[in-house]
Amino acid sequence: MSAAVAPREQRVPHSGWRVIAAKELGDHLLSVRFIVLLIVLGLAAAIPLYFAADRIRAVAEDASGVPAIFLYLFRLGSEQIDILRVDVFVGMVAPLLGLAFAFDAVNGERSEGTLPRLLSQPIYRDDVINGKFAAGMAVIGLVLVSVVALIAGFGMIRLGIVPHGPEVLRLIAWVAATFLYVALWLAFGLLLSVVIRRAATAALIGFGVWLLVSVFGELIKTLVTGFLRPGADASLDTILGSAQIQQFVSRLMPSTLYNDISRVLLDPSVTQVSAPTTIGQVIQGQQRIDTLLTIDQSLLLVWPQIVALVALTVVCFGAAYVAFMRQEVRA
Amino acid sequence: MSGETATTRTGTAQVLEREPVIWTSGLTKRYGTLTAVDDLDLEVFPGEIFGLLGQNGAGKTTTILMLLGLSEPTEGEANVMGLDPAWEPREVKRRVGYLPDAVGFYGGMTGRENIRYTARLNGLGRREAEAAIDEVLEQVGLADRADDPVETYSRGMRQRLGIADALVKSPDLLILDEPTTSIDPLGVVEILDLLRRLVDERGLAIMLSSHLLTQVQSVCDRIGIFDAGRLVGEGTVEELAAQFGDGTAVIEVGLELATPADVERAGTVLRGLTSVESVEAPSDGSGTWRVHVRPADAEGSVRQAVLVAAVDHGLRLTALRPIVPSLDDIYRTAVNLTAADRSSADRAAVRARSS
Repeated sequence: MSAAVAPREQRVPHSGWRVIAAKELGDHLLSVRFIVLLIVLGLAAAIPLYFAADRIRAVAEDASGVPAIFLYLFRLGSEQIDILRVDVFVGMVAPLLGLAFAFDAVNGERSEGTLPRLLSQPIYRDDVINGKFAAGMAVIGLVLVSVVALIAGFGMIRLGIVPHGPEVLRLIAWVAATFLYVALWLAFGLLLSVVIRRAATAALIGFGVWLLVSVFGELIKTLVTGFLRPGADASLDTILGSAQIQQFVSRLMPSTLYNDISRVLLDPSVTQVSAPTTIGQVIQGQQRIDTLLTIDQSLLLVWPQIVALVALTVVCFGAAYVAFMRQEVRA
Repeated sequence: MSGETATTRTGTAQVLEREPVIWTSGLTKRYGTLTAVDDLDLEVFPGEIFGLLGQNGAGKTTTILMLLGLSEPTEGEANVMGLDPAWEPREVKRRVGYLPDAVGFYGGMTGRENIRYTARLNGLGRREAEAAIDEVLEQVGLADRADDPVETYSRGMRQRLGIADALVKSPDLLILDEPTTSIDPLGVVEILDLLRRLVDERGLAIMLSSHLLTQVQSVCDRIGIFDAGRLVGEGTVEELAAQFGDGTAVIEVGLELATPADVERAGTVLRGLTSVESVEAPSDGSGTWRVHVRPADAEGSVRQAVLVAAVDHGLRLTALRPIVPSLDDIYRTAVNLTAADRSSADRAAVRARSS
């Protein structure tokens, strides 16, 4: 047999995850879901862009000194419907993107009967999880970058607005943050695919959590704080305290974390993400002159949110990892 | 088919001289209160086909998973090719080809692509892999369908692709879990022939599990009978027959007899031989007599005596052969014997497990 040609010791692959990632990436790129998601995300970008283009033209006409006008492409939309904005749309679609490429990663192998065969190859067990995660990240990165590049290209060619250095940096930071946010959902989808044996169930649960977080998140926040609402005669301190609780609750939602990051990174004039916690801060805020933040100041502002997103991702991935390592090969 | 293949078995004696490729000592796997594999001691030698025989749920697959390091033993140890699969699973998996029970493939990919993935996971280089893939696909008879998507394959073809998949890493040991399930009878013969050829040509060892007795009997050199996680018998079919048989052996004697008087005379002669317990005269016109011998190991000397007596009495002998005991009977006896050993509570647990 030809295998005798190479000494066997050299044959053990040191990076089984790369082989797995390459195969998974190939599968993703040829899959129907990739095309569907590309279309969905494309639409999510194109529709707000249509509205944004009109408004940017209007703004650009009467004032040439508008700061960071290039970023308006991403955070401006219809005047009537507030959520018709690229950043809001991406924030809503991104979790679906992550879930779509992970919800059947492990249970799919299980139901197809390929898992025992895969695990009986000379690879580490974590190569499977790592490879699948890496492939998901690669395909998501591809989708995100191409959509953002399309929007930016549209802005440059059709509207004639050319980004400046800081704007490009902000855009890159925003794409990176979005990537991180999708990674969280990818890790969550991976966890579901390990823990839940049926892919359809995993997809439904993932979808449910997405609905809960992105649509009902606001509702839950209101519900929780409704119980804690201060009375009419409450002092300013109590009211501020209540606002703080509300904020804390909403920060448990990864969507809020991402929206905070997105808002600050795309808009240099946003100078705070959290509600004031003391009367002194309220007054300070009122007296503050509108200033523009530099990119590093903006990043510093949302650093806690970024760290929280990273932590959540690590927790999800770690849980998926541990669950998979402890699982029996047989169903 | 069992009769023909049985005669081609390699002798156990020459096999026993070598180091075992698999040995286990006190191997035990418990899931909670359920003991799937109970204190298993097993040896498999190079150049032999070892059959794990037992009902579904008898612990065959669990044993195999422990041998591959895919499941950790609760107690005891296993050794595969000189390695402990619990500690060096990667090294074991590199050298052992495994066909899982109910093997699955990526349906959208072609047979060749599926095998190529396995080859890549085993670190085969591109050219080396393609040569190996062509060879194994040819061996299992799938070369002409290799570039069709697996979802168009029949179950038998998938099973054969599974064997190709296990072979592509050129293993020293093949572990096949139910390799012939869901294959049509003709396909079974082909696969068993292939396995025999692999052992004879490449000198690798094969361990296969099955609940299909005749197939195990026809291809395996040695057999281990599993029941409720325990190995209740081990050895060649003959050894098992001696252990679990009723102590008798059967010889078929073909005689060409013209007159009823000759038939009468032949019966008297055969019955008169030492160690012959009883003689069945042919009921049809075949002229084949069945001679029951007790004790079973006197079978060889009785055959000689029949030969001598035939010459002495001028009987025209047309056939003389020992009947290989059916594994079916051995298996039933072995399982019943051990079941009787156990308490009734134990037996209830066994029944619950196997159902």
